Amino acid sequence: MNTVNPAIAPGGQSQKVSLLRVLGPAHVWALGVGIVLVGEFTGWNFSADKGGTLAALIVLWMVGLLYTCVAMIDSEVTSTVAAAGGQYAQAKHIVGPLMAFNVALYLVFAYTMLEVSDAILAGDLITQIATESGATGVTHEPFLMLCIVVLVWLNYRGVLMTLNVNFVITALAFVSIIVLFFSVQPWSQGVVLKLGEMVTPSNALPYGWIGIVAGFQFGIWYYLGIEGTTQAAEEVRSPARSLPFGTMAGMMTLLIAACLTWYICASLLPWQHLGVTFFPLYDAAVVTGSPTLKFLLFWGTVLSAVASANGCINDAARAWFSLGRDRYLPTWFSAVHPKYRTPYRSILFLMPIAVAFVYIADLNQAITFSILSGVLQYTFMSINIVMFRNKWPLGSIRRGYTHPFHPLPAVLLFLLCAITFFAIFLGYGSQLVAMVTFYIIVSLWFHFYRYRYVRRADQFTMPWPKPKGY
Amino acid sequence: MSVWTLVSYGCWALSILMVVWMIYDWIKIDGKYTEAQLTSSREGEIEAISEKHNI
Repeated sequence: MNTVNPAIAPGGQSQKVSLLRVLGPAHVWALGVGIVLVGEFTGWNFSADKGGTLAALIVLWMVGLLYTCVAMIDSEVTSTVAAAGGQYAQAKHIVGPLMAFNVALYLVFAYTMLEVSDAILAGDLITQIATESGATGVTHEPFLMLCIVVLVWLNYRGVLMTLNVNFVITALAFVSIIVLFFSVQPWSQGVVLKLGEMVTPSNALPYGWIGIVAGFQFGIWYYLGIEGTTQAAEEVRSPARSLPFGTMAGMMTLLIAACLTWYICASLLPWQHLGVTFFPLYDAAVVTGSPTLKFLLFWGTVLSAVASANGCINDAARAWFSLGRDRYLPTWFSAVHPKYRTPYRSILFLMPIAVAFVYIADLNQAITFSILSGVLQYTFMSINIVMFRNKWPLGSIRRGYTHPFHPLPAVLLFLLCAITFFAIFLGYGSQLVAMVTFYIIVSLWFHFYRYRYVRRADQFTMPWPKPKGY
Repeated sequence: MSVWTLVSYGCWALSILMVVWMIYDWIKIDGKYTEAQLTSSREGEIEAISEKHNI
């Protein structure tokens, strides 16, 4: 664990207790990639159902572009606003309190719903193994519960151990993809891989170009959550260096994993199957006929789901904790454990919510709510970076990283988010309307009721000069 | 009773044990420290000391 000595004496002098700066770039990588990598093992492939295998590849590149913009923009702002809450703290300083409140809720919803989806996935996989081994009457409930509770316990006990574990299991899951890739002899098409037979001019885009647009929402799975690296800002030893480095390294890892995943699956599985299966990489391993690969990819899938849920608990709790610290929610949530130096009340508060959703929501609903909240957040980022550069131009404050070609990435990000919203509207219009209505209602609550409790001068903490024009 | 049934019971038992331990620790910490101490974390304090933003 990261510390064994209490930071303060019980009931003694009011010495301050805060989160512990113990993380390095590898932990940032483990947090970002850990949350996301599960998307290579399941989820992205539904874009093939919407538009065919070629659509899945085009979406991979387009959404990859969207997330590269997200990673670059996020790295620049976070290397300057190094506080727990990540995008919430950015929004608070750059846009304003109402935007910040909404962004924090996007974060909590996106991560909690993703955690729920991951737990369902891991639980279902274990149940499948039990059923295949001949057991009857085994249900997934105990495995779902154990998955969430163990990870909450880990997060409660300290961030260093949490992300050390995430680093190991994420690396193992990533290695399973690499092993599968080299095992199918990618250098000689026709031996194992049969891309030419699986993807033909007649089935590459079975629904035409609209199929590509429809596939966008599932393409998000390839990278959903990489922006979560910023939640570690207050616990990283050198945020200005570690956050951009860890985030960009994570994005490169994901781009490589996504390309390898598409190539293997598109070359081994017909698009009709690829578009509906829940476990494309595992199915690809089964097609090879190798028991070793089957074993490896099964556990790769389980570990990626566990790593993702683990990172999500970490991030959702930091966002909730930050809201409490600024009195956007009761300050009770901003307590830090004096021994483990974690936001323990926020971690515990979110646990029953995740457990409830695990039992009442299905996988599709949970992940759709997660994706919706994520895309709302990315849309905010495109506006946020333009305001950031206008208010504090280059040279006015020190930046750990400066992203190139501004404002092109911001414009591109906004356009790609608009396309993704259209795609979500095509497939999940009612959920989109319900989610937006929810955010409007809570915004009204915050504006007319909760904001009176906020100490307005205390919430802006960065030692920056006045913004340009003020 | 099959092995998987035992594993299921084991999962429930371990989950309950961990939840009980966390609640016990939470109550213990809340009783041992004042609310002012526990909620004393402030955003940006380290940055205020280490980063001056003078170019």
